[in-house]
Amino acid sequence: MTAVDPTPVAAVRVPAAGLRHQVRAAAVVWQREMIRFGRDRSRIVSSLAQPVLFLFVLGTGLSSLIASSGDVDFRTFLFPGVLATSVLFTAAFSGISMVWDREFGFLREMLVAPVSTTAILTGKCLGGATVATLQSLIILALAPLVGVPYNLVMMVKLVGLLFLMAFMICALGLFLSARVKQVQSAMPLVQLTITPLMFLSGSLFPLSNLPGWLHVATTLNPMTYAVEPIRSVVFDHLDLSPAARATFDPGITWGGWQVPVPLQVAIVAATCLVLLGLAVARFARTE
Amino acid sequence: MENSAAAITIRGLVKRFKQVEAVAGIDLDVRPGETFGFLGPNGAGKSTTIKILCTLADATAGTATVAGFDVARERNQVRRHIGLVFQEPTLDAYLTAEQNLRFHGELYGVDRATAAQRRQEVLTMVDLWERRGDLVQTFSGGMRRRLEIARGLLHSPRVLFLDEPTIGLDPQTRASIWDYLKELHRRQEITVFVTTHYMDEAEHCDRIAIVDQGHIVALDTPAALKSGIGKDRVQITCDDDALAIEELAARFGLEAAVHEGAVTFAVAEGAAFVPQLFAGLAVAINSVTVTRPSLDDVFLAYTGKTIRDAEAARPMSPMAFAARGR
Ligand SMILES: Nc1ncnc2c1ncn2[C@@H]1O[C@H](COP(=O)(O)OP(=O)(O)O)[C@@H](O)[C@H]1O
Ligand SMILES: [Mg+2]
Repeated sequence: MTAVDPTPVAAVRVPAAGLRHQVRAAAVVWQREMIRFGRDRSRIVSSLAQPVLFLFVLGTGLSSLIASSGDVDFRTFLFPGVLATSVLFTAAFSGISMVWDREFGFLREMLVAPVSTTAILTGKCLGGATVATLQSLIILALAPLVGVPYNLVMMVKLVGLLFLMAFMICALGLFLSARVKQVQSAMPLVQLTITPLMFLSGSLFPLSNLPGWLHVATTLNPMTYAVEPIRSVVFDHLDLSPAARATFDPGITWGGWQVPVPLQVAIVAATCLVLLGLAVARFARTE
Repeated sequence: MENSAAAITIRGLVKRFKQVEAVAGIDLDVRPGETFGFLGPNGAGKSTTIKILCTLADATAGTATVAGFDVARERNQVRRHIGLVFQEPTLDAYLTAEQNLRFHGELYGVDRATAAQRRQEVLTMVDLWERRGDLVQTFSGGMRRRLEIARGLLHSPRVLFLDEPTIGLDPQTRASIWDYLKELHRRQEITVFVTTHYMDEAEHCDRIAIVDQGHIVALDTPAALKSGIGKDRVQITCDDDALAIEELAARFGLEAAVHEGAVTFAVAEGAAFVPQLFAGLAVAINSVTVTRPSLDDVFLAYTGKTIRDAEAARPMSPMAFAARGR
């Protein structure tokens, strides 16, 4: 070509895709979610409306009905469920937001880069889970108002469990939206899947004494295994009679066998990996 | 071995969608270091070809290599060596210009010290260094395009693909985009593959292929293509088009047709022909325009229609609807 310019051009060599490169790619996808979250403060406020309504309006309204059934304030019972519900919706929307990335073109920038789909989707899930967990901190701060004490160990455990659950839901969102091309079809998808997951998870009512069909549905719902450990951690730090605990936090049983909490957490972790794997497999990179 | 020397090779490329054959058998070699123009009306199959070359679409048949790597079998290698500016915008408007570039550098695994230096270089080249801290949201269409070009160059690709980089921009901004591309060529060895449906822009290319309905109908340097036509284009408006066409055929042996509302024909030495025209035609002539051959005429000569006819005849493609509106 023509004469070479005197100003030297920085030499760039795009490296062969190693693990380090994949980790960097996932990290920067995560970082983008953080930057966007920081820019969008109104989202933080509006996302708080629903849990606050659940907790203080629904909770207070129903507590007068249920007051007779022991020494547990219904709002205290609802607290872990409301935490889980708010994380559920935020994480689901983070996963579904891939459809917006597609619509506004930015997805292409990621798809044409020399990195694996796994790296991109892992970064997206970690980002969505972080955002959902950060938002839940505000609800955690409301704990004393509903009779749950501030306790460091409890809070740390809760944050960990909420993060794991958010990752699972975000991966589910990615799986569901992997082939969705239109923003309009994304919303019904969330409504159709996330709402049943919420109602069938025991987040809004105790799992004790359920009719058979409902018991089966809640046992099959992965959300149940994410909500129950959260409730269990909260109830561990309350001063309750064994009878009240048995009514409000009966745990999960498989044919009479009490499923231990660590196994529930392991089920959620495994579900995270399975859903992420399915999302990667279903994610069309070419047309 | 001839193949590995070429920056891009395309052999028998076909892409079929349900009803449309968007790419209908293309063969092409692009030489390293050249600016190659892919010209054609909307819906000709330009974007589809680029998507296949960039590993974003699977070909129905045929093969292609970019920078020596097969686009179907060595996707990651291809991705590593290409830069891309798509027809539709692909920036994150909620990030700043620099954050968009930073994201790109990390995604391509460029080492951090080099990436910082490159960011400054490419942003300076497109005159956006001063605006690096601003949200892309606040950028005009032209600035966004320039930023996308800078981003496409950040990782020093061997081949840069630009799909309609000037579409929807005002003439001045269009000219400046071409200035940047020329400057780029002066600085580094890079192959540029650019599509456009503005015929006048082909003049900026070393070689061009004219595409219509998924076929390459002509391929040469702009000068050679124009001299191959050799005739001027004459357009007349008159009271009776049909009669004029009939008389042109009868008296001068010229084949004329109505294009863009005027009777159009090609003739050598068009200006000198005008007096004969007035003397020879019985039809009253209202106006005459003589144009030296342009690439529009090349298109007309090879396809039998002007580029505007071609676009009017075709329903707007779904992709074109999604095209940049800002
Ligand atoms: N994803 C798609 N599905 C169906 N048809 C498509 C798709 N993409 C492009 N086409 C069709 O293929 C043809 C070529 O489109 P395109 O490559 O976008 O043309 P150009 O970029 O030259 O304007 C058009 O008729 C268009 O409607
Ligand atoms: Mg196009």
